Amino acid sequence: MNLFRRIFFAAVLAGLAAGLAMSAVQQWRVAPLILEAETYEGQEAPAVHDHADATAATPAAAHEHEHDEDAWAPQDGAERILYTVLADVLAAIGFALVLAAVSVLVGLPVTAANGIVWGLGGFIVFQLAPAFGLPPELPGMPAADLGARQLWWWGTVIATGAALLGIAKFRNWQAIAAGAVLILLPHVIGAPQPPHEPSAVPAHLATAFAASALSAGAVFWFIVGPLLGYLNTRFAKAEASQTRMVHA
Amino acid sequence: MTTATQTQTINLTLSQRLVAGGLALILGFVLLGGIGFASDMRVHNGAHDTRHALGFPCH
Repeated sequence: MNLFRRIFFAAVLAGLAAGLAMSAVQQWRVAPLILEAETYEGQEAPAVHDHADATAATPAAAHEHEHDEDAWAPQDGAERILYTVLADVLAAIGFALVLAAVSVLVGLPVTAANGIVWGLGGFIVFQLAPAFGLPPELPGMPAADLGARQLWWWGTVIATGAALLGIAKFRNWQAIAAGAVLILLPHVIGAPQPPHEPSAVPAHLATAFAASALSAGAVFWFIVGPLLGYLNTRFAKAEASQTRMVHA
Repeated sequence: MTTATQTQTINLTLSQRLVAGGLALILGFVLLGGIGFASDMRVHNGAHDTRHALGFPCH
């Protein structure tokens, strides 16, 4: 088994298992909040105290969902859950592949023992750092321009990831100093801010959603790290003993 | 067993690591890009709840 096949299979298996666990938590605590928020989507936001100019208070959600109504979308219920689980698992495998790839490229092996640290790193890079500027949002909440937010998201992920890898690899004060700058930079620049419009989605749904979404993400990362490390080590050992048998 | 694993790790050349790591990295980012960022409305609608739950910018 060559190196690519080994890390590919380890990442696919780890991503699949951790992705399914994340999906279960999402369907339990996160998806119901999305469905509830959608009932407010497109509605008039709650009137502001002075009932000023009705036309001035643009419904936050009305222009939020400029979806092409003709485009295919899964039916609510089993079909929607199925596609969400599928997308969850594919994204999970994507995250696991990135983790495995970075480990091989940087030369810091993921093992069962240090996997939890890799998981924590992945959680900080892909969820916590972006959420510090762009909290996970529900459908129907006012938001800044999509392209600008996506750009900020990627910039934050790359800067935070580079910072953590540099610190893990070099373990000296220069790396820590450069890492601190890289971690802070996206937040000093600042994420694109939503327009000052009232949100159609009640605040308690939004706060519950942000916390639940991050928690479901933490479940994924804390499983995928150690599992990827375990499988990676196991496949490497199997490969080593095979090689020995061939050469014996 | 430990010795064999170590030998195996040392045997990996830099180019082997670059090819395998690079390939896995591209594959991972293609998956993330497709699920989280593709603008095609059918992909968007299918992966909609995943995008929101993972905190990807959506809409």
